[in-house]
Amino acid sequence: MITKSSVQINKEWDIVGARQMGRELAKDLGFGTVDQARIATAISELARNIYLYAKKGKIAYETVEKMNQKGLKIIASDQGPGINDLSKVMEDGFSTSGGLGAGLPGVKRLMDYFDVVSEPGKGTTITTIKWVR
Amino acid sequence: MEPYKFDVNNYRNLLKKYIASQDEKSLYQAEQFSKLSMQHNISPEEIINVHIQALKELYPDLPTEIDSSMNFLLETMISYGLAYQEFQSLREKQGELESEISIAANMQQTLLSTTKPDIEGMDIGAISVPSHQMNGDYYYFVTDESNNLGIAIADVIGKGIPAALAMSMIKYSLDSFPDTMRSPSVILEHLNRVVGQNVANTSMFITMFYALFNYKTGYLQYSSAGHEPGFYYCAAKDQFFEIKTKGLVLGVSCQVTYEQLDITMEQGDMVVLLTDGVTECRIGERFIETEEVLEVIRQYMHLPAQEAVESVYRHFERLQDFQLRDDFTLIFLKK
Repeated sequence: MITKSSVQINKEWDIVGARQMGRELAKDLGFGTVDQARIATAISELARNIYLYAKKGKIAYETVEKMNQKGLKIIASDQGPGINDLSKVMEDGFSTSGGLGAGLPGVKRLMDYFDVVSEPGKGTTITTIKWVR
Repeated sequence: MEPYKFDVNNYRNLLKKYIASQDEKSLYQAEQFSKLSMQHNISPEEIINVHIQALKELYPDLPTEIDSSMNFLLETMISYGLAYQEFQSLREKQGELESEISIAANMQQTLLSTTKPDIEGMDIGAISVPSHQMNGDYYYFVTDESNNLGIAIADVIGKGIPAALAMSMIKYSLDSFPDTMRSPSVILEHLNRVVGQNVANTSMFITMFYALFNYKTGYLQYSSAGHEPGFYYCAAKDQFFEIKTKGLVLGVSCQVTYEQLDITMEQGDMVVLLTDGVTECRIGERFIETEEVLEVIRQYMHLPAQEAVESVYRHFERLQDFQLRDDFTLIFLKK
């Protein structure tokens, strides 16, 4: 069974809603407390990036399965300004230097799979998956 | 003591013992546990999770308030865990950079190496020590078939890698000048153009002193591009004189001419060339005075030239508590 759902991000409080939905799905899938917290933090980071840089976008959730393993796929997409220098953004210490948060490298660490596609002027789509251990 | 494994059982037993006795031994073991966890890249939130599990096993009737509060703590630790991981990865990266720089420093030494010529009747000593890994000072010797010895000593304002890169350029320009081009002022004019064309807009300045010495006649011609003045020791008068000429540092303006002066060295005379790493040696809070530099030079100048420059270096190194603040280069030319 595949579940799909999503949360629109238009204002800062939507970040909380996005976390909540992610956590509930994670709990249902059987994620432990630590992984639930990690997934919520990753969603926070993704939703916050949308809110700060693209103003609006959405976080979509999908349950995924591979070889007896269940996972949660989270897709953050927006039609914002896009990211000019992806390799710079993915560098440790680049976005976190001001203490602003975990940045994309943080999201990558929290999750098991991470992919980002971005076109300047058109928007960004970040796809991540966490597998149930 | 038994070896520690990062598992709930181990932690639970430790916690149980501590709650019962509140002894220091358990706390010491907790410390070992945390160090071991770090070695295995266990993040703070995982430790808290282990704590929660152990607590629930020890107290099955744990009040829900405590349970919730522990989950709250776990959530707040996630970002710390990330910061810790990032720190680890940055530390690795730093190690890689350091080894890369040390390879570059070796490369620089190979590229910029110059051979101190062996000339009958002359005694030459030269030393150049970087304050960090890469040297922003440089010296260069070249001889020709008409009994001439060319000596260059240069200092890039600024230190480290950019300075070292600029020095390679200076060396290869010097190498490419024909034997017929020997006049110090002409050489500096050419180098000034090379530097101006290649490092314009980088706010990098290079000072240089160039001397051409005829070792048969003792005639020494020299020009300077804003470089730290050297000294001429006249044995007959037993006195040091500053060797100073006017000239703009390299690379500031394209059309510069350099003044050229000369002296004639007699038996027992000596020429001292240096960079500001020598003269701006700092003792505590104050800079050293020129008289003090000359005193130190005088103290060692009776030694063979190479031994003398090395002794002067060691003297200043000790004065500065073995921490050079600037690259240090010193040349003695004794007749």
